[in-house]
Amino acid sequence: MIWNEKIECMSRNQMRDLHSERLKELVNRTYNNVAFYRKRMKDLGVKPADIHSIDDIVKLPFTYKTDLRDNYPFDLFAVPMKDIVRIHASSGTTGKSTTAGYTQYDIDNWKELISRCLTMSGINSGDIIQISYGYGLFTGGLGIHYGAENIGCTVVPVSGGNTRRQLQIMSDFGTTVLACTPSYALHLADALTEHGYSLKEMKLKVGIFGAEPWTDNMRLELEKKWGINAFDIYGLSEIMGPGVANDCIEHAGLHVQEDHFFPEIVDSHTKLPVRDGTEGELVFTTLTKEGIPLIRYNTRDLSTLNHEKCACGRTMVRMKKITGRSDDMLIISGINLFPSQIEHVLLEMGETSAHYMLYIDKENNLDTLELLVEMNESNLMETIRDLQMLSRKIENALNSAIGLNVKVRLVEPKTIAHSEGKVLRVIDRRMK
Amino acid sequence: MTIRQLSVFVENKTGHLNEILSVLARNNININALTVADSSDYGLLRMLVSDPEKAVEALQEEHYSVRIHEVLSLEMGAAPGSMSKILDLFTAAGLFIEYVYAFSFGSKSVLVIRTNNKEKAVEVIEKNNLKTIRESDLKATL
Repeated sequence: MIWNEKIECMSRNQMRDLHSERLKELVNRTYNNVAFYRKRMKDLGVKPADIHSIDDIVKLPFTYKTDLRDNYPFDLFAVPMKDIVRIHASSGTTGKSTTAGYTQYDIDNWKELISRCLTMSGINSGDIIQISYGYGLFTGGLGIHYGAENIGCTVVPVSGGNTRRQLQIMSDFGTTVLACTPSYALHLADALTEHGYSLKEMKLKVGIFGAEPWTDNMRLELEKKWGINAFDIYGLSEIMGPGVANDCIEHAGLHVQEDHFFPEIVDSHTKLPVRDGTEGELVFTTLTKEGIPLIRYNTRDLSTLNHEKCACGRTMVRMKKITGRSDDMLIISGINLFPSQIEHVLLEMGETSAHYMLYIDKENNLDTLELLVEMNESNLMETIRDLQMLSRKIENALNSAIGLNVKVRLVEPKTIAHSEGKVLRVIDRRMK
Repeated sequence: MTIRQLSVFVENKTGHLNEILSVLARNNININALTVADSSDYGLLRMLVSDPEKAVEALQEEHYSVRIHEVLSLEMGAAPGSMSKILDLFTAAGLFIEYVYAFSFGSKSVLVIRTNNKEKAVEVIEKNNLKTIRESDLKATL
């Protein structure tokens, strides 16, 4: 089933015209309403009149995550606050998050996009969808919620956490679709027998998994463990939230909702666009977004594009499952983490050295963090209790800065390798 | 009344304590008293040494986390119950003990004590005329 055949199966030429028309309108709008973009374009010597078609997109400046932080909270919004109907935010560096404002038009579009994604995943009004993404400032829960209601699903907004309750609801309500992170889906699968359930009592058919990168092998494992078809839903709060792209039944790349988000792949060094099939940084321009329109937002996610028509019938460009990142950002339990955030917290406290080593592991399919922190040579507490309080203090500071639970272990000075060149500060032991 | 105590942060690793001791040995530093407080991941090594400053310098050179703290030191009688009598006085004053250790030096029995309130502890010592130990007392008998 295809939710919006007119758009999703549009000819490449028509899509190109739509891109050009929307880009011109977007550039006009941002130039006139967002001081940041006006300045960026002036710096580059580009005016809205220079944009004639989608090909001219290469004349426009890139936007990076730091730009969002620098303009926190509302400076990139392109409409007055009275027109913003909702704000989402992601946890960010140095206590500053990045914010996204939505107009009613944006929310309606989001609903449409999720409707397409769910339909693409074989879901319809007969399904009972259990949304186990977090509800709140995080875009996952509410984002999928409205789309699922829009196609007529029975929505169970259970939100994240509480494994026992998740399984009970799944069994009692006869849930047919589970929406959560792939690692949580794996955790739930492994917890089935432990909580006295078996796969036979479950009616699950489809998984809508996203908010963190996952491999094709993990998809196969999830499909086997649950006896379902698992789909990858891609998104990021800066662009919209979930629903920017979605896997179809062919599992041959994620269809990008390119009538709203124009994708480019650029070389991570030269920042020049590359051809289909060549890996590079994934860049999006939000063609229709009113609240916080972004021009050439560089996600730093690595992928490739494929413009060939898909066997499912859709013509919408496909992006390869995200294979990695061009920066050092980590995704822990769906939350973005830059190692520099840890360093910042340690430096701000000033009671230890800023040298650390972060170990990321999976326990029962959930991400765990252990942080080794070097003591100073000359700043030692007098009692074990004081040392333990120092650990707790660092753990609390990290928790409020990055929103993750970290177990801190104090170690002796100069015991963490201080090699020349690139310092290895993170050991990710999650990938199998 | 107070004496300089060396605290060293020690990770729980085989042979690690001995590495620290060998640093002191190489620098010809004598250890008068030693005790280790332990937790699951690390311990705190507390020592009274012949030359605290030199010891700190030598250990920091080898990248140990080390610091000097001033602790109260008292001389105890040799009779049974001497230590208990002193602790009774602290308890009566409402003080609790963060850590304590005792050792013999020549003919003297020495109590090293750290309470939750140093000023109050000093008051107790003065009021009861408890005999205190100075660093020079530990040198004299060497």
